[in-house]
Amino acid sequence: MEKSTGNSAELQIVAFHLGLTEYALPIDNVQEIIRLQTITRVPRAPLWVEGVINLRGTVVTVGNLHKRFSLPLIQVTEDSRIIIVKLAETNAGILVDDASDVIRISQGAVESSPDITGNIDKEYITGVVKIDNRILILLEPQKLLATGG
Amino acid sequence: MNMSQYLEMFLVEAKEHLQNLNDKVLALENNPDDKAIIDEIFRSAHTLKGMSATMGFDKVAELTHQMENVLHKVRAGERQVSSPLVDIFFKCLDTLDILISNIGDGGEGNLETSSLVTALQAAQEGHDRPLEATGISEGSKIDTGIPPEPVMSIEFNEYEKNIIRQSSEQGFFPWHLTVEIRPTCVMKSARAFMVFKNLEALGEVIKTNPSIEDIEDERFDPGFEIVLITKSLREEIIKAVNSIAEVDLPGIFSINIDNPPIPQEVKEKAKPANPQPAKTSPKEGVGGVAKHVPTIRVDIERLDLLINLVGELVINKTRLARIGHNKRLPDLNETIEQMDRISLDLQNLVMKVRMVPIEQVFNRFPRMVRDLARDMGKEVELIIEGKETELDRTVIDEIGDPLVHLLRNCLDHGVETKEQREVQGKPAQAKVRLAAKHEGNSVVIEVEDDGKGINTEVLMQKALEKGVITSAQAEAMEQEEVVNLIFAPGLSTAEKVTDISGRGVGLDAVRSKIESLSGSIFIETEKDRGTKFKINLPLTLAIIRALLVQVNQEAYAIPLGFIDETTIITPQDIRNVHEQEVILLRGNVLPLVRLHKPVGLSVPDYQPGQELFVVVVRKNNRQVGLVVDELIGQQEIVIKNLGHLLGGIPGLAGATILGDGRVSLILDITTLF
Repeated sequence: MEKSTGNSAELQIVAFHLGLTEYALPIDNVQEIIRLQTITRVPRAPLWVEGVINLRGTVVTVGNLHKRFSLPLIQVTEDSRIIIVKLAETNAGILVDDASDVIRISQGAVESSPDITGNIDKEYITGVVKIDNRILILLEPQKLLATGG
Repeated sequence: MNMSQYLEMFLVEAKEHLQNLNDKVLALENNPDDKAIIDEIFRSAHTLKGMSATMGFDKVAELTHQMENVLHKVRAGERQVSSPLVDIFFKCLDTLDILISNIGDGGEGNLETSSLVTALQAAQEGHDRPLEATGISEGSKIDTGIPPEPVMSIEFNEYEKNIIRQSSEQGFFPWHLTVEIRPTCVMKSARAFMVFKNLEALGEVIKTNPSIEDIEDERFDPGFEIVLITKSLREEIIKAVNSIAEVDLPGIFSINIDNPPIPQEVKEKAKPANPQPAKTSPKEGVGGVAKHVPTIRVDIERLDLLINLVGELVINKTRLARIGHNKRLPDLNETIEQMDRISLDLQNLVMKVRMVPIEQVFNRFPRMVRDLARDMGKEVELIIEGKETELDRTVIDEIGDPLVHLLRNCLDHGVETKEQREVQGKPAQAKVRLAAKHEGNSVVIEVEDDGKGINTEVLMQKALEKGVITSAQAEAMEQEEVVNLIFAPGLSTAEKVTDISGRGVGLDAVRSKIESLSGSIFIETEKDRGTKFKINLPLTLAIIRALLVQVNQEAYAIPLGFIDETTIITPQDIRNVHEQEVILLRGNVLPLVRLHKPVGLSVPDYQPGQELFVVVVRKNNRQVGLVVDELIGQQEIVIKNLGHLLGGIPGLAGATILGDGRVSLILDITTLF
């Protein structure tokens, strides 16, 4: 993998689906992508928390962005994945419908274009990326998995 | 030369030496003639001096150097250990502690120590000069409220010595008087004047401390010292002073200027109102040097890492065992049994490595109790038992504060004043016992006093006043329940708020802390006989034994510490009392909680004839029956943190990973429902 830092003009993002919409996270914030495994429900946890998983002996919280963004819930499938996101204090997973690919974009391709992001709270969003005929919503990982909500 | 890399080591070792010095000086106070103790103090002070000098912390080095000088005289038999000397030592230790903490915080360790150094230098000459303000508030605070011990702080110059010598030859004898004017007195200088007038009728006042001018200006508190030369007898002097109202004469003794004595009566008066660590520490024979076992220091984080890895191993071993069991592979099973044994040994060993004697926590108490007892004017003997009892570091780190609280509580509320005790016909010196011992898989710590016990009537009255209970509840309460009110939040029975306890953050804080450690606390009390707090704690908080239960296909772990028993009932056994499901368990009413509810699941209806599993748990000393779908079994679980995002959820103490790799949540019964 090439270094994405060092060249400020370039940015690598991991693209994934929630329903029909495509989202993305900066690759620097993604530790790994794993297959779905048994998630233990945590009573009294915030609503958007799906539960906890065992990631090689560490207990990791998994969030459900459908719930966080108030999107219609979707059945988990063979394609469902958990993206383990690196945060300042801890690691946490997010449940996604699939993780399609890693895309190299130029920094300038990120536009602040909030009008097409629907009812998602704007603080979760860094910007919008348009490449070819795809539109990806670039998410802000720290905010995305902050407590509350 | 850059010393910063050694700083950490210096701090750790300096603290150890300080603790050792504190212990040994305490021991010295009770056995002033014990050469072995003096030698040990000397060695520690010497080492500390060397270390700090090497590191360039001159103040620490200077202070320890002066201590060493005094100790040298003591060792050589050139001077005796007196109570004021011990006080000076303690103040030195307090100051050293502040200095070293300051160094730890990045300071230079430069505090004003000159008054202490002067006092130590005086002590070398054989003068026990009681310390004036040391300039270090914490050090000097210890003495407030206690009358200064009647010890001569006056030094004579050659001229005065000559006067005394000459007058002695003519039958005039020098006396040292400590005069105190009661704090309630309005015209203190007038009383002081009367004292001088009466004394001058008997002889000549040749020196005072503070000076005559200061006394005239009322610059003394609460009293002053006088040197009187007279032919009169002791009784006549006492009479002359006592004839004046609002004046006390706590000390009078004759002076021998060429060989300053430690007056007998002072020695008696200064009989320490403090613990006797001699009982708590194994006697070291004369010249006995503490045994040195080869040890290494290990960063605690590395040990934590090690225990995590062992935890992983245990989890994976369980998984392997499952595979072997499911696939019916006898060869594998045999290997797993071997592995089982090894991993168990490994686990035990790692746990042992993390175990530290509770001594670490107990060590600071003799000094604390001594100081508190002095502050309160009480005589207390602290008896420590079982300080070699080992506990996991995780528990050790947490148990200090609750114990401090309990001991303070004991001294403040439990132990009576000397006068009250004498009225009761008890020995003036109260006994406070702090004991630790292993009991099965847990540790029991007891804090016991022979004080006045808990006054249940006052307690109930307070609880009613503060609205903790209603009067209807009060009437229905049994004696035992009333005593447990002492753990209720917002209840403090101290009649007045003191510095020591009774600030509203009472025993409820102690109880919740102990329960958060999966422990429990009980209380026994008897009026005028004393109070005993008994704390049960698990040996470790890293790996615990738990019962796994199942509700709606979800597995939860309940730490065994919370569980009294399990039982099986049928729906027919359940009664309803005030909308609350209960069963009768051996004649006692046991309220039921269906675990589905607190974990947010829908509660299924009972099927006739269905077997229901009840886990009887203890919450705040009351039993509650948790109804679950199934009992999976007991096992050792490794406690994992739920992490940053899910911290502090009530009812959950953490998570663990089961043999099949699934995560199971550990319930915290105290906050679950």
